[in-house]
Parts: sequence; structure tokens; C-alpha cells
Amino acid sequence: MAERSTWRNKVGLAEMLRGGVIMDVTNAEQAKIAEEAGAVAVMALERVPADIRAQGGVARMSDPEMIKAIMATVTIPVMAKARIGHFAEAQILEALGVDFVDESEVLTPADDRYHIDKHAFKVPFVCGCRDLGEALRRIGEGAAMIRTKGEAGSGNIVEAVRHMRTVMSDMRRIQAMREDELMMVAKELGAPYDLVQYVHEHGKLPVPNFSAGGVAIPADAALMMQLGAEAVFVGSGIFKSADPARRAKAMVDATTYFDRPEMLAEISTGLGEPMRGLEMNTIPEDQRLASRGW
Amino acid sequence: MSETAVVIGVLALQGDVREHLAAVRAAGAEAVPVKTREELAQVDGLIIPGGESTTVGKLLDRFGLMEPVRAFPAEDKPIFGTCTGMILLAKEIEGSVQPRIGVMDVTVRRNAFGRQVDSFEQDLPVEGIPDPPVRAVFIRAPYIVSADPRVEVLATVHGHPVLVREGHLLAAAFHPELTDDTRVHLLFIEMVREAKRGRTAE
Repeated sequence: MAERSTWRNKVGLAEMLRGGVIMDVTNAEQAKIAEEAGAVAVMALERVPADIRAQGGVARMSDPEMIKAIMATVTIPVMAKARIGHFAEAQILEALGVDFVDESEVLTPADDRYHIDKHAFKVPFVCGCRDLGEALRRIGEGAAMIRTKGEAGSGNIVEAVRHMRTVMSDMRRIQAMREDELMMVAKELGAPYDLVQYVHEHGKLPVPNFSAGGVAIPADAALMMQLGAEAVFVGSGIFKSADPARRAKAMVDATTYFDRPEMLAEISTGLGEPMRGLEMNTIPEDQRLASRGW
Repeated sequence: MSETAVVIGVLALQGDVREHLAAVRAAGAEAVPVKTREELAQVDGLIIPGGESTTVGKLLDRFGLMEPVRAFPAEDKPIFGTCTGMILLAKEIEGSVQPRIGVMDVTVRRNAFGRQVDSFEQDLPVEGIPDPPVRAVFIRAPYIVSADPRVEVLATVHGHPVLVREGHLLAAAFHPELTDDTRVHLLFIEMVREAKRGRTAE
């Protein structure tokens, strides 16, 4: 009679996070700050992307002890990252009881060809994308939420904007097409045909479409929401800033009132130094995280 | 007699607002998103959608919406809370001091069925809604652990109340907005129509 972990349960949790901010945290204390600020969920990871970038080395799934400590501290959903293609890490995260797994380009990929078969899991997954084809491939594999990749740890919004605009304009293009043009588009995008049909019919993804990668100030969150994002991930932007508690709260407020400039002006005032950020041309091609994923 | 025209607000601070707007419209009433006190003043009834209860509670507090929402039932304006909305309507939340509207005489337990991997859906018989049963989607859902005798229990799972009504308040632990079945929304819209008729008759 009761069915557990249905597709509707998985996508449903993603829908419940809409209009909210998901914050990267590296310990229980930061998780508490995030929850106090009004985060809808936290992403538990050992190093924020800015530190992964600075320190180098192989970035893997976080220590379960740290994830458990965070799960014990907050009542909001807890997400954690697995490497691209590393289904054993994902199995461990599911066994820990995390609420969402991020198959993430921020960690070092474990498979240079295949992503995880996400339908095989009870826990829902989120995956990054740069364009519509990538988004639909991930949904085809079972992702219940899509986010732009942006360029994690850069504090620079330009890549997230590019990815969101690419996804949104591809969807508008497909929506305007004739039925008999869809198969060729599916071929060009490398996307499942039935999902291209869904986009043609509904003008949106079949799962929520969030933004991530480079969000550093409240205006960045408002920009992404106005471009069509349904919620915002903030990674290094909060705990690499001068006053994390205050900035975290401002990010939450800005994501709710993204379309009210007078309120955004108020919300953006007196937050202290944001994270420093990187110009894209100072990040060598082979160190760009967004290019990971196939 | 023609149907009383009502405007239903959906609190749009965070959560699955769009689905509730669509469900109300599909059930034949006008629906508008509500983010400010001014917008709140324009509606005959309010839906608090699914989302994160700590987030929505804090935003209600920060933006001066808590008091005017709390005053709704006394002004004969009904409130319907789903999941997060049920938590925020409850006077008592087990083990939590989080901000809440706190107008319903119930004690609620958050994440009562477990974490996300324990989320489920099932057919749910509802008092006052003829067969077929409602397909109820539970996501990190709460349930009610105790209620004042004045609270009507309309549906239960394993004996735990998951749909309840008290005066102008309706609360569901599940998400009727995630299916195409509008019967639970219709129940609420009828409460709003009746309350409005009562208001205008005075």
C-alpha cells in the first residue's frame, strides 16, 4: 500500500527547497549558523571549493563522522557530495541517511566516462550542468534536481550566468519547435528524446532547476533567481566572507525577495567583506571544475 | 445561490508555491502569491506551502508577517498548512523552539516518519471525501502526536493524525498540491467561502 522513495518523493523534496538557499558547511558549528540564518538545507563537505582549489590533491567524499555530526546538529535536510561515477561513495552516503547526494564536479571524478545510475538509489540526487543536453542526460540517469555548475570556489558569477542562460534559451528554442524537429534536437544535444518532448510541451525541466557556482553576494542570488533559477547553492561565498552569519542571512532574504530591488538594497547593506574571488582568465583551463562531467 | 468569490493567498517566502497556486486555480478559485503585509491584507484565506519550516518561520518573523498571519483566524480568514505549514500552525513542536504561527491546539513531531529515504506515498481515506481515497505524498513529513478534543481528525496513518481541522484552520502532513487531485484544496476553498459569507453577513 505505501510505496517508499518514489520518483514523486525524490523530486518532491527538491520542490520543497525552492526559493531557498543551500549552504556549504564543513562542521557542525557552521551548520548551526546556516540553519539559524534560514538555510533550507546544508551541504556537508570537508573543504569548501575555494580550499579544494587552493590546496589541490584528490578531493573525495567527506568523512562519515563529520557528516553524522552535522546530521545530529540540524533538523534541515543534509546533503553530501560523491565523486562523479563513484557509486560506492553514493551507497555509503545513502546508508548514512543523508537527504540528497550531489554527484559533484567539485570532487575529483572517479569515472571519466559514466555517471552514477541514480535510479538505483532511494536517496535523491542533484547533478550539475552547463547546458540543456547535460541537464537532460543527468535527469535521464535519475537526477531529481539539476543545478548549474558555475565555477565553484571562484566567487565569480559569470559561469553560472552562462550556464543558466544556455539552459533557459535552449528550452525556449525547443518549446517553439515543431514536433518533427525534436528528434534531431535530441541527437544534437545528446539528450533522451522523451525528455526533449517534455521540455517542448512544458517549457521547463521535469525537475527543479537550481543555481550553483560563484554566488558570493545577495545580488548574485537575485540575479540567478531572475534568470530562472528556482533556488541557490552558496559554497565558499559564506564562510569565506568576513561575517558569515550576517551574510548567510542576507543570502536567504535576497533569495526570497529577489524581485524587490528596494528590499535588496536594504538586505545588501553593511555585510562586510565578501570572499575575494577569481577572474576567470586567471584559472587555467585544466583547473576549471565545470569541465568535469560528460 | 452563486458561489462566493474568494481570493486565496499562497505564502511565497519559500517552498512549493507554484503547485499550490495551480491547485487552487484548478479547483476553481483565484490564487495569488503573498510575500508582504500589503499582499496579505488582500486575501480571504492563506495557504502555507511545503518548504522548510525553520526557514519560513524565520522569514515570517524578519519581515513582519508573523503577527498579521496569526491574526487571520480571528478575522474569519482560514489558513491551510501543508507539511511545513502544519508544523508552523501547531502551538507545540516537539523538542523545538523555532519561530511559529502557533494557533492550532496540537503538538506536532517533525520528520516523524524518518529521513528522506523513508519518504513515501500511499492511498489515504479522508473523512468527508468520498472514494477513491486521496493519493497522499509524504516527504520528511510530520504527524500530530496529541491534539485538543476540539481538533477534528480527518485522516490518519498508523493511527497518527495527518489531516486535521480546527475552526478556521486546516493542516495536512502530506502534499495534496503534488498530485492532480484537487479535493483537499476544495475542502479548504469551501472553508474560505463559508468564512467570507459569515464575515459579509455580519
